[in-house]
Amino acid sequence: MSTTTEERTESSVHRHKDTAAPFGPRQLLAALPVALRKLHPRQMWRNPVMFIVEVGAALTTLIAITEPLSGGPVESGGTAMPSAFTVSIAVWLWLTVLFANLAEAVAEGRGKAQAESLRATRTSTIAHRVPHYDETADPGALVATSEAIASADLHLGDVVVVTAGELIPGDGDIVWGIASVDESAITGESAPVVRESGGDRSAVTGGTRVLSDRIVVRITSKPGETFVDRMIRLVEGASRQKTPNEIALNILLATLSIVFVVVVLTIGPMAGYSDAAPSVPVLIALLVCLIPTTIGALLSAIGIAGMDRLVQRNVLALSGRAVEAAGDVTTLLLDKTGTITYGNRQAAEFIPVGGAGEAELVAAAHAASLADPTPEGSSIVLLAERLDPTLTRVQQASGAVVPFTAQTRMSGIDYADGAMLRKGAGSMVAAWAAESGALAADTEGELRAAVERVSEAGGTPLVVAERRADGQSRVLGVIYLKDVVKTGLVERFAELRRMGIRTVMITGDNPLTAKAIAAEAGVDDFLAEATPEDKMALIKREQAGGNLVAMTGDGTNDAPALAQADVGVAMNTGTSAAKEAGNMVDLDSDPTKLIDIVRIGKQLLITRGSLTTFSIANDVAKYFAIIPAMFAGAFPGLEVLNLMGLSSPASAILSAVIFNAIIIVILIPLALRGVRYRAASASQILRRNLIIYGLGGVIAPFIGIKLVDLVVSLLPGF
Amino acid sequence: MPPLVLFALQLLTLALLLAVLYRPLGDYMATVYSSTRHLRVEKVIYRLTGVNQDAEQTWPIYFRSVLAFSAVGILAVYGLQRLQAFLPFALGLPAVSEQLSFNTAISFVTNTNWQSYSPEATMGYSVQLLGLAVQNFLSAAVGIAVAVALVRGLARAASPTLGNFWVDLVRGSLRILLPFAAVAAIVLLAGGVIQNFAGFQDVGTLAGGTQSIPGGPVASQEAIKLLGTNGGGFFNANSAHPFENPTAWVNLVEVLLMLAIPFALPRTFGRMVGDNRQGYAILAAMGTFFVLSVSLLSALELGGRGTAPVLAGGAMEGKEQRFGELGSALFGTTSTLTSTGAVNSMHDSYTALGGGTTMLNMMLGELAPGGVGSGLYGMLVIAILAVFIAGLMVGRTPEYLGKKLGAREIKLASLYILTTPTLVLVGTALSFGIPVIRESVIGTSILNPGLHGFSEVLYAFTSAANNNGSAFAGLTANTPWFNTALGVAMLLGRLLPILFVLALAGSLAAQEKVPVTAGTLPTHRPLFVGLLCGTVVIVSALTYFPVLALGPLAEGLL
Repeated sequence: MSTTTEERTESSVHRHKDTAAPFGPRQLLAALPVALRKLHPRQMWRNPVMFIVEVGAALTTLIAITEPLSGGPVESGGTAMPSAFTVSIAVWLWLTVLFANLAEAVAEGRGKAQAESLRATRTSTIAHRVPHYDETADPGALVATSEAIASADLHLGDVVVVTAGELIPGDGDIVWGIASVDESAITGESAPVVRESGGDRSAVTGGTRVLSDRIVVRITSKPGETFVDRMIRLVEGASRQKTPNEIALNILLATLSIVFVVVVLTIGPMAGYSDAAPSVPVLIALLVCLIPTTIGALLSAIGIAGMDRLVQRNVLALSGRAVEAAGDVTTLLLDKTGTITYGNRQAAEFIPVGGAGEAELVAAAHAASLADPTPEGSSIVLLAERLDPTLTRVQQASGAVVPFTAQTRMSGIDYADGAMLRKGAGSMVAAWAAESGALAADTEGELRAAVERVSEAGGTPLVVAERRADGQSRVLGVIYLKDVVKTGLVERFAELRRMGIRTVMITGDNPLTAKAIAAEAGVDDFLAEATPEDKMALIKREQAGGNLVAMTGDGTNDAPALAQADVGVAMNTGTSAAKEAGNMVDLDSDPTKLIDIVRIGKQLLITRGSLTTFSIANDVAKYFAIIPAMFAGAFPGLEVLNLMGLSSPASAILSAVIFNAIIIVILIPLALRGVRYRAASASQILRRNLIIYGLGGVIAPFIGIKLVDLVVSLLPGF
Repeated sequence: MPPLVLFALQLLTLALLLAVLYRPLGDYMATVYSSTRHLRVEKVIYRLTGVNQDAEQTWPIYFRSVLAFSAVGILAVYGLQRLQAFLPFALGLPAVSEQLSFNTAISFVTNTNWQSYSPEATMGYSVQLLGLAVQNFLSAAVGIAVAVALVRGLARAASPTLGNFWVDLVRGSLRILLPFAAVAAIVLLAGGVIQNFAGFQDVGTLAGGTQSIPGGPVASQEAIKLLGTNGGGFFNANSAHPFENPTAWVNLVEVLLMLAIPFALPRTFGRMVGDNRQGYAILAAMGTFFVLSVSLLSALELGGRGTAPVLAGGAMEGKEQRFGELGSALFGTTSTLTSTGAVNSMHDSYTALGGGTTMLNMMLGELAPGGVGSGLYGMLVIAILAVFIAGLMVGRTPEYLGKKLGAREIKLASLYILTTPTLVLVGTALSFGIPVIRESVIGTSILNPGLHGFSEVLYAFTSAANNNGSAFAGLTANTPWFNTALGVAMLLGRLLPILFVLALAGSLAAQEKVPVTAGTLPTHRPLFVGLLCGTVVIVSALTYFPVLALGPLAEGLL
């Protein structure tokens, strides 16, 4: 079990490494047509910062076209400008807008490929609809007649029959039957999964193929609104809405833009007093350099790439808001089984009681478990055979198997000679043994001590007893079934703690067991003997304290809690109700992925914040490039402020504009990949990012603009 | 003793006194605004004015109260000036002109104390005492009340209300400003500041001529002028006048008075939000700018280049011998970094870059430490922006003191930082952009043509929009354009930020508090202080880089 889970995650990671090709010139070129189409003002309007740049570019172009008629560029701030100045500025302003669109187009392009492959699964198939389905008399629709219609004509609530080899025509719940289904079209996972009616594994997705058996499915989604349709819309970014943080950031960026519009608009009349009024192209250049174009250009690409990173990990966020909330999560609710421990327990130790020898206990446990098909049973057999290699499996033939039932809560074997073996829950087996005479007081004491020891250690005690052919019973001892905590979890929880996230383990176990496992796994808290209501109450309590809660779930009874949680990740294997209630779906159905989701959410916010800081910090250098250049003719003394020693006023201004455009392209890979995130306290992360993007943002343009200037100064006239 | 050593000792004394005051004064103010008990005299006031002292106000009501109170204040001061001729102790002065009354009323109600007039030749004792001195107390109390409302917004959880403006106003006046001003007045009296109702006295001078020496209740006015960061002088020469600021040590006392409340308010903030370290962080950011600015201005004035300073042996034009360059630089920095605007030397006569520094001080947004109350709320708004920008970098929705900063909070903080630069830049641009006004500005108002003239106009709008009140005194501002435009700048520069701050406070107060975890951005560490300072520079100061380049920088670097 352990290996399969890991292999699965491995394989899905490998698979996506192929699809997420690295960013390169090819992607840029491919995105160019889309980027050009995005230049339409109606599209640009949604991004106020870049819209200002576009208006500036248009205005400069107009001036560049008309000024040759009036004898070349006008003097700016007392300095004559080279004839190619206005044209160069116009070209680079258009490039600035284009680069911004390119960033968005490239980000969207990565989703498009995924959408294409999904769309292939949506091709119309033939559905065998049962028009008069009778749930009670003919649940398997074996008698009822079916009609063949196109899958696109299916309606909500229709019942269809799907047999081996056919594609499932739409999203639905299995109402009858069991089948193995190939879901690779959606999850990328080639191993088939089992889907059956009733319970938490009844949901099937349209476009997946039934490999064996025959099932009856009730359609739960309207055509065009299926899971696959939603997925396509999401990965294509068509239904992308701005997230709360993005809106707030946009407001700040718009404000900074307005401030600088005011600054630039008022320079003219004020400088006019000293006969130093800059020309319009120079003012537009200053404006574009000052408004936060870098982050304005990359903001939407960052958001799309964030969603994309989730898709790469086979998680579908149904809204960007959920991804952002994932970064804010402060409490993580984790189901014990499947998430913290491997789904099943394993035998760890045999504890003999009442004078029975260990060999005797091992042999009895082995015999009693041979017919037990559960993973627990086979783990007992394996451990017994390791302890006593002489044990063989032939004994099975000599007795009748007594299967486990919920009433008896024990299983075992009845031999032909009347001897019996039983193993099971402590109280039940002890009572069975006591049927033929009360247990000796010291045996009973020993048994209780052993059972308690196992429970306290977080394990499950199984008591083994025998009844000899003469009717005498005795308890042989206890099997210690251990809940095995997944490897590597302790470190991950420690990591979460450093990130300021509290982990709470949810389990149906008793408090004693829960406590022991919680301690072993290193979670911060646990909720024992949890019912769905308890879980709901816990979420509400955490939220009332201002915490943001994330959880995973797959069952229908998880649905209310999934809906209540700020981040609810439904497993793809889960019921439609669960998938409907959560705001993310994990196609791999791996609950530990919740931790990755939190990481991706944080990375998204960090990338946005870092590039904003970088963008704003850039202004310092740009001021020092443009201001002295702008008034150089009128006030030669301002040359002192030309810290970079830029060659001429025209070159300084053009260099700042060029740097401003190029930095967008340089940062596209970072925007798409996301800023590196390592689990650490907020202080450490802040220090690191503030040095790189804050201090770096102040220094980088000084160097960058100087380098551009060295090239530009080679142009004639500059 | 060399002047620099003496100056260092002065600064040290100042720092020591402020440090001593920080905790008791800050804690006392926190108690004043948190207490549920009312003094007997306060109860009488509430009964007479019909205020329900125990009713809490939502932010719109709190703001409407500020608005109503300011409107009444403006009308009262306007009325007093217009009716001056009929008032007792008017020294025989006539009614003040309409536009000057308008400008002065707004100026004193908004805590600006911009004076387009020469007080001794315009205002009698009655207007000075009933109008101006009263507003010196009340406008200061309004500033602190608004700051306290914002602090309550940060401190409270899921609260629809911010406190009661009338209670905050009365307590600020009666429990803080009045007693401290009384003590300060006595100290100033002891230092030689005059206090009488003697009017003008003609005395024979040594040279044989006669001189008219003005008297007046100066010490009482001087105390609140500084303590409430008002800055409106009793005399035209303001604190350069020997009757207002007679000696070097009184000068230091006056600087202390300006800084006492603004520098102690971070403590009040820390106390009220239950974490004194938060107060220290704000204090550290304020202190950093103060120290840097004093050093910069001192260095610029001491190193003043140019023909006149070299011949005179120092940049002493417009400065008083008893203060010297350093005593003037300290006072000038303090006055422009707080919203006081009092002067003990003429900023117009500073070196070009020195004058530019006083302008830059105001352009920072007057938040280091800023005016009483307004400094704290200004810095907190910048802190909110700093947290928002950097907070994203730690991977969480940014939060300050457990309050999430969402679209609404950022919108209000953005509007706040948008207001003053717009007023300053648009006001200055209009002065030069509209031909008729340009004629009047260049022809009548500007004393020094050329770049310095531009600085005079820029200074005026910077001072008015930031509610400072100091001036590049060369500018003749008693013209219809300046009286009106600066009046509007002062009014909008005061009330719009207050509107945004109170709306912000309301939206913060309504929120639940997010618990602090290891993933929370800490806002009390040196790293955050650095971030805060960086945000101030980038958000406030850099906006003005182009205009500074056109005025003081162009002049100073020529």
